[in-house]
Amino acid sequence: MSSSPTIADPGFDDVTRSEASLPRFLHGLPGVDQVGAEARAAGLGTRSIKTTAKAYALDLAIRMVDLTTLEGQDTPGKVRALAAKAMRPDPADPSCPPVAAVCVYADMVATARETLGGSPGDSRVHVAAVATAFPSGRAALDIKLADTRDAVEAGADEIDMVIDRGAFLSGRYLQVFDEIVAVKQACVRDSGPDAHLKVIFETGELQTYDNVRRASWLAMMAGADFIKTSTGKVQPAATLPVTMVMLEAVRDFREQTGTVIGVKPAGGIRTAKDAIKYLVMVNEVAGPDWLDPERFRFGASTLLNDLLMQRTKMTTGRYSGPDYFTLD
Amino acid sequence: MPSPFEYAPAPESRSIVDIRPSYGLFVNGEFVDGHGTSFKTISPATEEVLAEIAAADDADVDAAVRAARKAYDKVWSRMPGRERAKYLYRIARIIQERSRELAVLESIDNGKPIKESRDVDVPTVAAHFFYYAGWADKLGYAGFGADPQPLGVAGQVIPWNFPLLMLAWKIAPALACGNTVVLKPAETTPLTALLFAEICQQADLPPGVVNIITGAGDTGQALVAHPGIDKVAFTGSTEVGKAIARSVAGTDKRVTLELGGKAANIVFDDAPVDQAVEGIVDGIFFNQGHVCCAGSRLLVQESIADELLARLKRRMSTLRMGDPLDKNTDIGAINSGEQLARIRELSEVGDAEGAERWEVACDLPTKGFWFPPTLFTGVTQAHRIAREEVFGPVLSVLTFRTPAEAVEKANNTPYGLSAGVWTDKGSLILSMASKLRAGVVWANTFNKFDPTSPFGGYKESGYGREGGRHGLEAYIR
Amino acid sequence: MSRIDVRKTYKLYIGGAFPRSESGYSYEVTDSKGAFVANAALASRKDARDAVVAARKAFGGWSGRTAYNRAQILYRIAEVMEDRRPQFVQAVAQSEGLTASKADQAVDAAIDRLVWYAGWADKITQVVGNANPVAGPFFNLSTPEPTGVVAVLAPQGSSLLGLVSVVAPVVVTGNTVVVVSSYDRPLPAVTFAEVLATSDVPGGVVNLLTGSAATIGPWLASHMDVNAIDLTGIAGDPALATDLEVAAADNLKRVRRAPAAEPDWTLDPGTEPMTAFLETKTVWHPIGV
Repeated sequence: MSSSPTIADPGFDDVTRSEASLPRFLHGLPGVDQVGAEARAAGLGTRSIKTTAKAYALDLAIRMVDLTTLEGQDTPGKVRALAAKAMRPDPADPSCPPVAAVCVYADMVATARETLGGSPGDSRVHVAAVATAFPSGRAALDIKLADTRDAVEAGADEIDMVIDRGAFLSGRYLQVFDEIVAVKQACVRDSGPDAHLKVIFETGELQTYDNVRRASWLAMMAGADFIKTSTGKVQPAATLPVTMVMLEAVRDFREQTGTVIGVKPAGGIRTAKDAIKYLVMVNEVAGPDWLDPERFRFGASTLLNDLLMQRTKMTTGRYSGPDYFTLD
Repeated sequence: MPSPFEYAPAPESRSIVDIRPSYGLFVNGEFVDGHGTSFKTISPATEEVLAEIAAADDADVDAAVRAARKAYDKVWSRMPGRERAKYLYRIARIIQERSRELAVLESIDNGKPIKESRDVDVPTVAAHFFYYAGWADKLGYAGFGADPQPLGVAGQVIPWNFPLLMLAWKIAPALACGNTVVLKPAETTPLTALLFAEICQQADLPPGVVNIITGAGDTGQALVAHPGIDKVAFTGSTEVGKAIARSVAGTDKRVTLELGGKAANIVFDDAPVDQAVEGIVDGIFFNQGHVCCAGSRLLVQESIADELLARLKRRMSTLRMGDPLDKNTDIGAINSGEQLARIRELSEVGDAEGAERWEVACDLPTKGFWFPPTLFTGVTQAHRIAREEVFGPVLSVLTFRTPAEAVEKANNTPYGLSAGVWTDKGSLILSMASKLRAGVVWANTFNKFDPTSPFGGYKESGYGREGGRHGLEAYIR
Repeated sequence: MSRIDVRKTYKLYIGGAFPRSESGYSYEVTDSKGAFVANAALASRKDARDAVVAARKAFGGWSGRTAYNRAQILYRIAEVMEDRRPQFVQAVAQSEGLTASKADQAVDAAIDRLVWYAGWADKITQVVGNANPVAGPFFNLSTPEPTGVVAVLAPQGSSLLGLVSVVAPVVVTGNTVVVVSSYDRPLPAVTFAEVLATSDVPGGVVNLLTGSAATIGPWLASHMDVNAIDLTGIAGDPALATDLEVAAADNLKRVRRAPAAEPDWTLDPGTEPMTAFLETKTVWHPIGV
């Protein structure tokens, strides 16, 4: 299984060559029937995950969290507290695993890195930075690339970019494609591993599952390492059926190219129960290969405490309360 | 490959259900002894004996019909529709209240997964009573004349695949239109019908309006042949349906039959492919394929056949077969030893005729009746497994090139109950629907049932419709 | 020393809540013999305005529910009314000066009328909708859809059965309603609103204004965000009815005219009270490969 490519997948050069050929390819992908897709997602949500399966799922979910703060009012103090929690989510229980990453604005990357220690690429809690005029994506390309380079230079392991939804919805697919390629280039480091790129679609603005399928293929052909549902700033954010369509896309992409791309639903996933539904979906739609923080992440903030509470209930047998978990 | 995410057992509790050691017949509002040879009902998942069931002999059948006639003459036919309606609404509400109990009992007696009895069967049962309750005082608006009248006493014989749902499909419209009923549940699945009898008591339904007589084929024959009934309603095999049609010939008895099928599920190259795969799986593996309208023939456009089959097999591999009471079970037990033998026999015929068998790898429990989800590729119309109803989790895969060829192959059967069409093109859906000789056409979906939606077959899949405004016609004159 | 009772305050029902009139006005409600019973809120034009806003807000959700769901909710209203039967019998007897047995009959009829309408939710489409056999390769289907926000002036005489008979047919098909109750006999309507609030009816589906149809009516009849109006409550006032019909024409509201006199509510209503507030949508689609 090959790792993700550093440039756009050359197998699709003929498709991405022109303004005319890319839409034909994307519009030629099989459609998604909304009712059927939502019914399948809902059906998977009825799986009953108990005892050992639940314990596995809770620990895995914790390890998959990108603990996030993306507020105008973020300060170094806030980011340090978040990073500390990311490393030790449950101070009362050292067996609790750390999360996958903290996710912050580019100008907070250095602060996060200070608290987390280590350097880009070593395996501990990663630093993910949003970039490209997050969340709206409405800025000139050179500004978006400068935003990206800034974060990369500050030491981000991962970059979460947003696509230009205006360009996508008006059919300028090649522009969207080229922007992703350019941002991927900006993730390249001279010394040290390249930053991994997550591409955010803002599925709430794309609105149809057909658009989500097209955006998924577009991003994967352009070299995304991860495809991500939302910024969390627009409702609806992540949903089970939207994530399912993306899981189908990464599954099909691997089938066709051998390349494994990850999926990250973000925003609106508040409870452990929700998170477990997502993991069931990963398991049965994409397959067990994606049950790994390298292949699946949750973009969340309040979710973590609910995961910890459920984990505590499993070990102690009692329902817990918010007083026993840190805010961050 | 085995997943690190193994779902632990998630059993639904049996404690809500109280199965008595033995049951009598429900006649004239109370449980009475049967005089035929009693028989046992077992759990098809474990082969444990659940209860001893009374069998109605000819005298018992006669008593039940007379009770129904008396209730009709004295009480039910004189009751205004709006009061009949309220009884049916009560029944609907009690079904909702006791829904978990009914679902668990259905899964134990029938073998179907609790997920299905809980999420599909029982809610649809309640909805049927709710829907038909509302027609009881509106029959003049139904398009059958200003003042439709009931027929009298209906004799109803139902199968084992959806025991409580088939009961609802029979009893709800019959009562709404002012008829009284004598219903015989299937031999292997009497328990939810007997619990329904209790529900009738809880609703204070006047005695004799609903009578439930358990028994085997001979009880059913006696009921259908009884001169005291005005209407026969039967769901079951085409063979028995034909026998019934012969037996009512020359009488005044009205009859509706809902029989077998060998539905074509047609997938075009522009289908929404992931949903089509779900629809194929749902079409033949839902309820272990014990569905008259099952999509048992997959007709896939040749240009996408290989890709679709690969996706289908991958999807089938995530199906979980096992304990019907485990909430994560997708495929339950085959309802009986006889049915299992028939499925095996026809599958061996498939092998012998040169079709290629593929089945999901699963551990079959040592007790109980189990058959893994199976598909046969390289099937043509000439194969027996393309013509005969297997009534099990066995899919026959055929190909076609053009819409016209799909229609021709789909219609090339004595059956005509249902069909599925998968394509992104609206006009093609409507064109196929207009040409398919089937009573129900599902486009970009499958196995959807609703009390408002008429269901029934063309040709040897039977005649008459159940559900909807059209479903009233069978029970009025 | 006999116990002093705790007397009820009678308020409006708007958006699922029970506010007083924004005007702060109330008026005296007497029983059929003229004895004081309570002060009821006197709805103002601003209350009517707020009620229309609430009704519009609720329309998308209510009309988007399945017919089965609406049927169950209307049946639930009947269940709760039945449970509160004695209270309704007392309220109707007091308001209309009926004997206990006549009040019983009126309340029974009101509950049964609700059950009747509950059963229409998932059947009206089958009775008034149909496929059309057009002369060409087209699928053609006509189905009824709710018109939107309906203003209803409830009958002055029949305080419960009449009220139910003008409200239920409007909402069962998915419309939302702003109803002005009988001026002299508003108390059963307020109790009815309390039942609605506890019967899973979403807020804003039914909005009840106690007060004068003659005062509030013109504001509803001229409101550009109201889609239809039922003038039953001003039966016997042809001049006012004409004025309201003229005002309604500004946005071509569907108008259900006031009868000459209040009808006999015990008769079979037929489908007209529902179809008056339904639009028919016809959809074409080619049939071909």
